[in-house]
Amino acid sequence: MTTDAMSRTQRRNYTASELLAVMAGRLLQDGQVVFAGVGIPLLAATLAQRLHGPGLTILFEGGTIGAFVEPGQLPPSTNEQRCTRRANMVLGSTDVLLLLQRGYVDIGFMGGAQIDQYGNLNSSFIGDPEHPATRLPGTGGGNDISSLTQMIVAMKHEKRRFVEKVDFITSPGFVHGGTSRRDSGLVTGGMYRVVTDLAIMGFEEKSRRMQVLALHPGVSLEEVRDNTGFELLVADQVETTEPPSERELSVLRHLDPEQLYIA
Amino acid sequence: MPKSGSIGRAERERVTQKYLELRRKTVERDRSLREKVMSPEEAAALVQDGEVVGIGGSTLSRTPMAMVWALIRAGRKQLTCARGIMSSEGELLFGAGASDHVITSWFSQGIVWGVSKVMRYYTESGRARFDEWSHMAMGLRFRAGAMGVPFLPMRSMMGSDVIARLPDVHEIDCPFTGEKLVLVPALNPDVALIHVQRADPFGNAQMDGLQFMDMDLAMAANRVILTTERIVSNDQIRRAPDQTKIPFLAVDAVVEVPFGCAPHECYGVYEPFFRHHDMYAGLLRKDPVKGIADYLDRYFYAPKSWTEYLGLIGLDEVLDAARRGRSIYDD
Repeated sequence: MTTDAMSRTQRRNYTASELLAVMAGRLLQDGQVVFAGVGIPLLAATLAQRLHGPGLTILFEGGTIGAFVEPGQLPPSTNEQRCTRRANMVLGSTDVLLLLQRGYVDIGFMGGAQIDQYGNLNSSFIGDPEHPATRLPGTGGGNDISSLTQMIVAMKHEKRRFVEKVDFITSPGFVHGGTSRRDSGLVTGGMYRVVTDLAIMGFEEKSRRMQVLALHPGVSLEEVRDNTGFELLVADQVETTEPPSERELSVLRHLDPEQLYIA
Repeated sequence: MPKSGSIGRAERERVTQKYLELRRKTVERDRSLREKVMSPEEAAALVQDGEVVGIGGSTLSRTPMAMVWALIRAGRKQLTCARGIMSSEGELLFGAGASDHVITSWFSQGIVWGVSKVMRYYTESGRARFDEWSHMAMGLRFRAGAMGVPFLPMRSMMGSDVIARLPDVHEIDCPFTGEKLVLVPALNPDVALIHVQRADPFGNAQMDGLQFMDMDLAMAANRVILTTERIVSNDQIRRAPDQTKIPFLAVDAVVEVPFGCAPHECYGVYEPFFRHHDMYAGLLRKDPVKGIADYLDRYFYAPKSWTEYLGLIGLDEVLDAARRGRSIYDD
């Protein structure tokens, strides 16, 4: 942790993970259909439902449409019965994934182990895939979600996670930038936002390189650059986000009292 | 060690079978309305070393753990295991030497316990193989198998490195629209293991809650071993035939095993046994090789029966999981 980050943690009344969940939840709008992965995305989407989006429809790859996960009952993956509470429908996992392909989903919402300047995500291999330093668990539905819809990624902002080129493209962003995503055969979707505990990023229209849009309270552009392993573009007008409110934090802590996801 | 990027013709035909061969295997099965109730040990004898085994459920849900347990105890070797998402059952199959090849989209105990050290130990060293497909690709492979067609087209995996490492995928220009599409091959397992809440002695299976890929898996496989929380009468099945998700004619064995997914979940009956999972994860964290061996000795090889296995897990854990499981029906 940098000196900046340490002094900031002393000043504020929330953790980096809580900040990430709150900021990610704010990006979702009432009425949207969002396909959420386990962890911070599930939590942030559930938080958004409770705060400003009672009409937010959450899909899980285990096969549910429109569930409301209960406070203190967070599931260990998106495949357990906890993901079906108050759902409108349970269906097969192939069929819920096919909703992405058919075009019913507004936002795909995932975490990430490693991301690059074009928004490609790696959750398969650290190092050379033939002789990996670490074999990671793999794509799950990540590849399908990122291939077929607009994506929001929520992850910790660390230099080892924000790399110039991912070791392996598990879930494609804008591939090699420019029109390469479309040229590869992915004619829809793409990276929309990357939200971290430091900032909110988008992708520049032409080059499709990652671009800083907003900084969280007390975070400098320099600090974001120090924690990023590639050259970031910066929007003409960089906004500053509002700090998490007491209400946002209290609802969030009520949802995850055991800090299963927000440790 | 075979690289996941290379595949022999013989191996391809193990999972994507020629249509007439597939039909022949189906025609030769006894599809009459007959009782087929047997013990886990008798059902395990229906699985041969080296076969492709499709595993029902997903992650910690409706995992056919009692059959995984029975296959490991029977000393099966070199199984290729296919499942949408693999969890601790995959670790146990690797650790016991029952499987050296998995076909899946994701493989670890569960996100809250971190990256699987057992999966890492076996795959990083080349002791076992992990073919990674997207989750939807796994589903469409089973669906193609169930439909009796050799492939299905889809629109994901393009532009990624996932596709480059896969043994048997084609990218084509669609003959109707000219668009780029990916063709994924049918997956017809030799045998499917599926756990349900209730079934009759003929194998009519009724399933509550999340279905995952199990109906496609059942219809894709050349043999189906069904485990069930309880066996009900055929009359009860016929009172609500719309609830039957797998028909008797696709089922070759019915095994009654209460708490047959323990320590995983069975929708509406019990949730995952979280304390047991924490204990198991703790064993593997210290030393994945010794940890899994110790766990297998204690919970898989030592008990004389499934009931004794549940006893070792502990009555308090069983009841706690059941109380949480049934709570899904509370308002």
